Amino acid sequence: MSKNYKLEAKDVNAFYGGFHALKNINLALEEKAVTAFIGPSGCGKSTFLRLFNRMNDYIEGFRLEGKVLLDNKDIYQKSVQVDELRKAVGMVFQKPNPFPKSIFENVVYGLRIQGISKKGILEEAAESSLKQAALWNEVKDNLHKSALALSGGQQQRLCIARALAIEPSVLLMDEPASALDPISTSKIEELIYTLKDRYSIVIVTHNMQQAGRVSDYTAFFLSGELVEHAKTKALFTSPQDTRTQNYITGRFG
Amino acid sequence: MTNAQLNRFKDKAFQAFGLFCTFFGLIVLAIFLLDILKEGLARLDWDFLTSLPSRRAARAGILTAWAGTLWILVMTALIAIPLGVAAGIYLEEYGKKTRMASFLEINIANLAGVPSIIYGLLGLELFVRQLQLGGSLLAGALTLSLLVLPIIIVTTREAIKAVPKSLREASFALGASKWQTIRMQVLPAATGGIMTGIILSLSRAVGEAAPLIVIGALAYVPFVPEGPMDEFTVLPIQIFNWVSRPQEAFLINAAAAIIVLLCITFMLNGIAVYLRYRQQKKVKW
Ligand SMILES: Nc1ncnc2c1ncn2[C@@H]1O[C@H](COP(=O)(O)OP(=O)(O)OP(=O)(O)O)[C@@H](O)[C@H]1O
Ligand SMILES: [Mg+2]
Repeated sequence: MSKNYKLEAKDVNAFYGGFHALKNINLALEEKAVTAFIGPSGCGKSTFLRLFNRMNDYIEGFRLEGKVLLDNKDIYQKSVQVDELRKAVGMVFQKPNPFPKSIFENVVYGLRIQGISKKGILEEAAESSLKQAALWNEVKDNLHKSALALSGGQQQRLCIARALAIEPSVLLMDEPASALDPISTSKIEELIYTLKDRYSIVIVTHNMQQAGRVSDYTAFFLSGELVEHAKTKALFTSPQDTRTQNYITGRFG
Repeated sequence: MTNAQLNRFKDKAFQAFGLFCTFFGLIVLAIFLLDILKEGLARLDWDFLTSLPSRRAARAGILTAWAGTLWILVMTALIAIPLGVAAGIYLEEYGKKTRMASFLEINIANLAGVPSIIYGLLGLELFVRQLQLGGSLLAGALTLSLLVLPIIIVTTREAIKAVPKSLREASFALGASKWQTIRMQVLPAATGGIMTGIILSLSRAVGEAAPLIVIGALAYVPFVPEGPMDEFTVLPIQIFNWVSRPQEAFLINAAAAIIVLLCITFMLNGIAVYLRYRQQKKVKW
């Protein structure tokens, strides 16, 4: 282990009861880069992504073998506090899921649960994360309006702002634009582009063009296996595995 | 007849049958209500609400009965709501899905169906005799709490179950602990459902006579209870007592008291309907 990777999976196997969902996966992700996970539905992308912030812990019958490292530290060790881990690894879900509260309260939720209640700090954090998520100009006069009154695309950017407010170093995004219209989608893509200077980003997507546009690296999954992981350009122009080739040329999946 | 015609006919026939069933229940209820109103409304005045009971029908009032009902309602709520809601939260959120848990679950569901008089016998043995509370308000409220606890537990669990998974995940993903997630997201979202269950169960408790008679609540209490250890009566017992008298005047008293009891339960049900309506109106996500 000469190089320092941000995230690493070592001999990872995952099971839902008797179902073998992830098979022997070894993968290392660079810091401050965007990595896209692609692959047909049901191949295990979400399962794998959710390992990095331990969201699978709540699923009954889920079992993990192998190691998952963040900054070279095993995040499944007993001594690890899951809430501390999630401060470092933020997540954005497929469907926008704002809390039924005001825009402001959504953004500062992560800080409030840490016990931060100083108005000045919260307001500052809200403004800076809404700006990072390119939502500030649209909502700055309505911070105390219900988040549920926003459009789907705005809600998703709010969810990104909410994740950024706790200043994670990794951002996991599970098909963040699949429920959105083309304009909102391109806004999210631009946003990912600007965020990668500061965050290590992993994005699951079904949209090959999107993977091509936003990511530096791409990992292709098939039936629970990692088939290929390479620089995005290389993977799309000269895939090493015929299965990758078949998938990106649309011959199956 | 072709197949399609037959199907249409069956459709019509079922509609007619359903309409009949719906109206049957409503009409019976309406006749009963009209009958009660006709008989009792004239008797219902301020004096009737503020007089103590009496052997003479014309002077008798229901002050002690409705005061007792109010006492019982409030005390049962104070005992049963915290216990029931806490148990519901525990079973739904923390209880491991073990054999023991599913055994408990089935039994709680069964408890909701146990006849109320059985709870009365349990209350008599446990609260009146063992704990020596006598026929007091406290013994009555504890007994009725047992009666409504299963209902509150079950509805609390249902309401918590109905909170979308995405809301929990959002909270966890931001570093919230389980308890923080429950307190700040799950419970607020489930409040409407929980409140509905609480109110419906309380309105059931208000209408019970049998378990309270078993534990020794009296029909004739000549004073308004002033503390939880006082003896008491409640409206259903007063009604039962008057209905079983032969004199016409007492039957009229009973009808008037029924109107008051119905007002209380309709009011509680109205609040429950309103809460459910408000909850349905909330934006879904
Ligand atoms: N909670 C669960 N219990 C049992 N099996 C599950 C569970 N979640 C996922 N699976 C199974 O694990 C496999 C991988 O699922 P996963 O959600 O990771 O796929 P995915 O690649 O994200 O698919 P999609 O692109 O449709 O989101 C699927 O076959 C799925 O049926
Ligand atoms: Mg998925």
